[in-house]
Amino acid sequence: MRKFLGFLVTMATAALLIYSTPEMPNWGDPNSPASTHVSPRYIEKADTETHTPNIVTAVLADYRSYDTMGEAMVVFVAAIGCIMLLRRRQHK
Amino acid sequence: MDFIIAKYNYWIYIILMMIGLYGMIAKNNLAKKVVGMTLFQTAIILFFISTSVKSGGATVPIVMGDPHLHGHVIPGTVHAIQYLNPLPHVLMLTAIVVMVATFGIAVALLMRIYKRYGTLEGDEIVEIRKQEAAL
Amino acid sequence: MIKKHDDLIVETLARLLTPFIQAFALYVLFLGHYSPGGGFQGGVLVAASFILLIIAFDLEKTTERFSEKFNVICNGGGVFIYAGIGVLCILLGGNLLDYSVLSKILPVGPEEARALGILGVEIGVEITVAACLVSIFIDLASKGENLGGS
Repeated sequence: MRKFLGFLVTMATAALLIYSTPEMPNWGDPNSPASTHVSPRYIEKADTETHTPNIVTAVLADYRSYDTMGEAMVVFVAAIGCIMLLRRRQHK
Repeated sequence: MDFIIAKYNYWIYIILMMIGLYGMIAKNNLAKKVVGMTLFQTAIILFFISTSVKSGGATVPIVMGDPHLHGHVIPGTVHAIQYLNPLPHVLMLTAIVVMVATFGIAVALLMRIYKRYGTLEGDEIVEIRKQEAAL
Repeated sequence: MIKKHDDLIVETLARLLTPFIQAFALYVLFLGHYSPGGGFQGGVLVAASFILLIIAFDLEKTTERFSEKFNVICNGGGVFIYAGIGVLCILLGGNLLDYSVLSKILPVGPEEARALGILGVEIGVEITVAACLVSIFIDLASKGENLGGS
């Protein structure tokens, strides 16, 4: 029963997603919305403004470094969570 | 035919994502649910990476600099059509690390559950909890 | 718990490979400005070298060299370096994580100051990611019956 219901939900979600694919941009379309909004400015200005030829590094650690700081904190909190869940001290 | 060639990548991600969703819903074992969650995240990562592709000779988003300028370029000579979209790469780089972190927390929780109940099957844990509540 | 197993070839290879993996991790970190790489990838490589040591030897022998107390200090220390660089930018009169104001204390122009700020931030990320992955692996591999360490 649970497997049948799960299959039904999965198929309904897949049908909805496949129904929406004609609205998505084509494979490799240079004029897709994702490639025309902010990324041209990053590509054209990154090396001039930050002297970092790797645009991914420039965007990761300079333009969006606040994002990356929160993400480093996520990793830190995950490690602290594992320590709190699993680590036990020896009773002396 | 053009439609299929232009859109088939989305169908691959949808199939992968639905395998993960089915695993999360229908499987009884908690470890298999975690595997389903990881598959789901992998499908989303592949989808985002595929939105960064630009056909027509675009290369990886590392600016090819002028050797006379210590590897840098003259301002204004870089055009967006030459390089792939760097933004999905950045977002997915952080998402992969978050995926590792959530996987670690999930496995730690599974270890605690196995220590407490002696099993990872969802319905058996529910039975044990009912018996404990009745006591 | 990962027990020690006496296999000379595995132990010797792990002992030989570890410094090269860590040197390559530093290469990936510092070449992150010019080639694919950066803090996350380098941190995962450093963590992989320690995990190789834990698998080839046992947990106690590795935690003698890289103790759990130092590991937890590194966990927070990387985030502290990252946030410290951000706060330093505020103290020098800019916005949070606006590295161009670092040119006031460094002998370079604003653009090079941004590149150096990126490098400092990536070092913080590398320390955090490496220590956190090793910490998660130690916790999972010891099944919770941990030795205490510190």
